[in-house]
Amino acid sequence: METYSYLGGIVHGIRSLLTGMKTTMTVFCRRKVTEQYPENRTTLQMFDRFRGTLTMPHNEQNEHHCVACGLCQMACPNGTIKVTSETVETEDGKKKKILAKYEYDLGSCMFCQLCVTACPHDAITFDTAFEHAVFDRTKLVKTLNRPGSHVIEKKKTAVPQGETAK
Amino acid sequence: MFDFSIVTNWIHQTLTSYMSEGLAIFLECIAIGVCIILMYALLAIILIYMERKICAFFQCRLGPNRVGKWGSIQVICDVLKMLTKEIFTPNAADRFLYNLAPFMVIIASFLTFTCLPINKGMEVLNFNVGIFFLLSASSMGVIGILLAGWGSNNKFSLIGAMRSGAQIISYELSVGLSILTMVVLMGTMQFSEIVEGQADGWFIFKGHLPALIAFIVYLIAGNAECNRGPFDLPEAESELTAGYHTEYSGMHFGFFYLAEYLNLFIVASVAVTIFLGGWMPFHVVGMDGFNAVMDCIPGFVWFFGKAFFVVFLLMWIKWTFPRLRIDQILALEWKYLVPISMVNLIIMVLIVVFELHF
Repeated sequence: METYSYLGGIVHGIRSLLTGMKTTMTVFCRRKVTEQYPENRTTLQMFDRFRGTLTMPHNEQNEHHCVACGLCQMACPNGTIKVTSETVETEDGKKKKILAKYEYDLGSCMFCQLCVTACPHDAITFDTAFEHAVFDRTKLVKTLNRPGSHVIEKKKTAVPQGETAK
Repeated sequence: MFDFSIVTNWIHQTLTSYMSEGLAIFLECIAIGVCIILMYALLAIILIYMERKICAFFQCRLGPNRVGKWGSIQVICDVLKMLTKEIFTPNAADRFLYNLAPFMVIIASFLTFTCLPINKGMEVLNFNVGIFFLLSASSMGVIGILLAGWGSNNKFSLIGAMRSGAQIISYELSVGLSILTMVVLMGTMQFSEIVEGQADGWFIFKGHLPALIAFIVYLIAGNAECNRGPFDLPEAESELTAGYHTEYSGMHFGFFYLAEYLNLFIVASVAVTIFLGGWMPFHVVGMDGFNAVMDCIPGFVWFFGKAFFVVFLLMWIKWTFPRLRIDQILALEWKYLVPISMVNLIIMVLIVVFELHF
């Protein structure tokens, strides 16, 4: 810590106080950050990292990335997520696990984002919708995969490479 | 410059033509008292609204904006709420002192408020030791605070009151010394004469360096006097809940609240009267056209404009600096402000003796 003489201390003190006052004056003149919420509902832009609701993005062909591995369900500290999978047989006779139902209980979610971090395929993400109020608790349990959706098939780029290796 | 004494003289003559002089003076006293109370309440509402808005702006918020346009009638609603609340006394409190304390604080504030010269010929208390009276009346407030702390029978209130006592009594010294410095320059203690003396230049310009130092010392000490800003130890929320007015509710709390804001205004307007020319307009030597335009603005507009400017300055300080510890507050007073103002007083005396001022 620096030590000052009596007069040096006074000069230093006044200078640092003036620095503080300059800072607050710039804040005073700055555009205010307050959102006038109910009035600006149509124009309100939440920031990107805001955690509103867990969602599973689907593309135009009604496809998602979820392979029903269940890692998100295991990562969740509250038991908010319930992944139901079923086994189907593909054309070439292999057995494959696909997602049947992805249930998410908004009421017990604490928005820790551990599920999103755990997902190896980036199948789930948080969106910025925050108006969650409903009159019945059962309405908070949401099914994230849309009806008739299926997982995006991996492109068969590995196959020619595998043939050359043979 | 409009002379307000024309109006008061006319009222006095009209009244004496209908009744005896004693009765007329009695009626005038009542009317002036009512005017002062109304102005006091109005100013308190304006100041509380201003404080909320300015505080919000310094914190990058918008402040009250739901009740009325820009939240303008928010404070009036709060006052009405305060008036309807129950006034209660804690069981083990000293009933008499507990109920007396808010009135002591508000009376001290009223007495100081009446001293302020608002316009030419618009002074209520105007006599040859005006400043002396103002200082002694304002120091009555600390008794009210100590009574509130003692009467509440609550350790937080008592600690807050003792802190307030230590702080106010110490800072009274710097206020006194900085005003004394100016009295040396002014040569009078009567408020109307002080303002008249600034017709050819405000004292902060006339007394140059020592006046400027006295002005800064006065602002710091005055801020500490009204328990505000970085010196709000007596009501440190995180440590003492609300300090000396923890136990008060309803309008008794309202009196403390009102007095706090009006003391802020009084400190600002005394600074304006002594340093910034009171209701005198701003004149630049040699620019007659500019001076004539300035003369058209009435005196009370100048007075309130300057006073609210100083109030803004004090609010800026309050919302910028963190609170000081009690030892830091006392160190600032006894190690810095008192020696500085003593040296400043001697410099001012030398300047006045050798006539180095303008």
